[in-house]
Amino acid sequence: MTTSVIAPVAEPVRNRETNTRRRLPLRLIAVVYVALLIGLPVGFLFGKAFGLGIGTFWRQITEPGALDALELSAKVAAIVVPVNTVVGIGAGLLLARRRFPGKRLLDLTFDVPIAISPIIIGLSLFLAYSRIGAFGPWLFKHGFMLVFSVPGIVLATMAVSLPYVLRSIVPVLVEIGETQEQAARTLGAGMWRRLFTITLPAIRWALLYGIALTLARTLGEFGAVLIVSGNVTDKTQTLPIYIYDAWDQVPTNDAGAFAGAVLLAVISIAVLVVLSILRARERRLRVDIA
Amino acid sequence: MRTLGGVLGIFGGSALLMGYLSLIVLIPIAAVAAHGLGITVHTNGWGLAFWHWTGTTDFSAFWTNVTNATALRAIWLSIWLSLAVAAVNAVLGVVIALVLVRDTFPGKRLLEGVIDLPFALPTIVAGVVIVYLYGQASPVHVNLYETWMGLFVALLFVTLPFSVRAVQPVLESFDGQAEDASRSLGAGGIRTFTSVLLPSLLPAILTGFGLAFARAIGEFGSISLISGGLGRTTPASAYIYNLFSDGIPYYSAAAAVSVALLVISLFLLASTGFASTRVQRRLSQ
Repeated sequence: MTTSVIAPVAEPVRNRETNTRRRLPLRLIAVVYVALLIGLPVGFLFGKAFGLGIGTFWRQITEPGALDALELSAKVAAIVVPVNTVVGIGAGLLLARRRFPGKRLLDLTFDVPIAISPIIIGLSLFLAYSRIGAFGPWLFKHGFMLVFSVPGIVLATMAVSLPYVLRSIVPVLVEIGETQEQAARTLGAGMWRRLFTITLPAIRWALLYGIALTLARTLGEFGAVLIVSGNVTDKTQTLPIYIYDAWDQVPTNDAGAFAGAVLLAVISIAVLVVLSILRARERRLRVDIA
Repeated sequence: MRTLGGVLGIFGGSALLMGYLSLIVLIPIAAVAAHGLGITVHTNGWGLAFWHWTGTTDFSAFWTNVTNATALRAIWLSIWLSLAVAAVNAVLGVVIALVLVRDTFPGKRLLEGVIDLPFALPTIVAGVVIVYLYGQASPVHVNLYETWMGLFVALLFVTLPFSVRAVQPVLESFDGQAEDASRSLGAGGIRTFTSVLLPSLLPAILTGFGLAFARAIGEFGSISLISGGLGRTTPASAYIYNLFSDGIPYYSAAAAVSVALLVISLFLLASTGFASTRVQRRLSQ
């Protein structure tokens, strides 16, 4: 085998003007496509919201039905986000640090909820835990009402927002390695102390990133919640269901649907801004939506 | 060296984790498969006592539920729409990724940020916006209500981030030397793209195609309003919801179509994954 010495190639001097001319058509296609496909609808949403006026917007948002929906959405998020954060950290540590039989299966299970339709997730939860399901009669006899109720909404939301924390922290956990934790162990630090003083601070940006994604998905879930909630007005309506219901009424409650949509859109844009700030802080974070 | 407590802790943690995953993912999926394939489980009053159940299966019901004209039309609409959407966005995803990675111009950061909007925006918000923008009272005079074009636009909107973000990181990892070499050897821009850039981007493009397809075929929120009530504009996900809304006699049909849809999207994800690794292997040889 011969070793070849590769001479450093001088950076080719590019003619700026030909470059620009070559790039212009592509740039135009990209900008026009994104502007038409995404910019126009989003601009229309906010334009229409301003058209309604702040007063109308506020009246719609503070309607009893809307307030109830907002409250339920907040409650669901207050349960689901902490649970899925703890689960994500636990599973992330297992997947990044340990070898065990069934590891690949565990890994795959986390991706199931985002690989399949939210409608199918809702239906599957309904068929498993409603009165007609295999466990339904037993659950019902013992006083557990998991569908057509808040617990059902919580379960559905837990399922659809399951993998985000895990998928955000695993690449960082793998990259930082275990040396610091092992050093702490030899110095006598216990498991919890190592977790809180070493591991969690090291993955904090990735963790926040995952939590923000979980929150966004939790507040926005529609299909799965629509099926399990049974859509009992004012009782089991989250914000997305409220919006759907406003549109579904005869005559349609346009202002209500729009006000709700604008509120959710503002929240999700805020989450996006947080995500991009976090990405700037942690280069290992990608827009890992897969 | 691990302490007994540590080992027990890991065991306990894993058991809790498996319990949680069973509760929200595994048991429900098993339930939808059982209902769809006509597997009936009788628990004769013993509740969760699995050793007491007897089972019956009825595959013929599954077959009629997925092959009747209405179901086939819904499934077929979902398949071709998702393939078309994934294909269009695969092409434009590469263009947008190229522009984001290689080009600089004022407003590029805005473009970069806007790409993620469909991912962060709740699907019902997309649904409301699309039905008001392209519905019967369209302010731009484009009425796509109850047409396949309406579904098409909605699905293009929700899947674009997948197509762009699958390709972008791979493009970022190229240093551009091979392209410079190709150009210095006299190849034009298009030739350089098709013979240098495209082959090495192909695995990522295939991955993005698979993700966009899987997302499109399961999508409900963004299309549920614009699709209206017509049979010919009801894709599989909306058809499943309609069956569910019709009540208990239709639950097994809803489950059967769900099983079919799951099989289709798993098949496509597996085949794009397979094709992607094959292309990658051939490239590295």
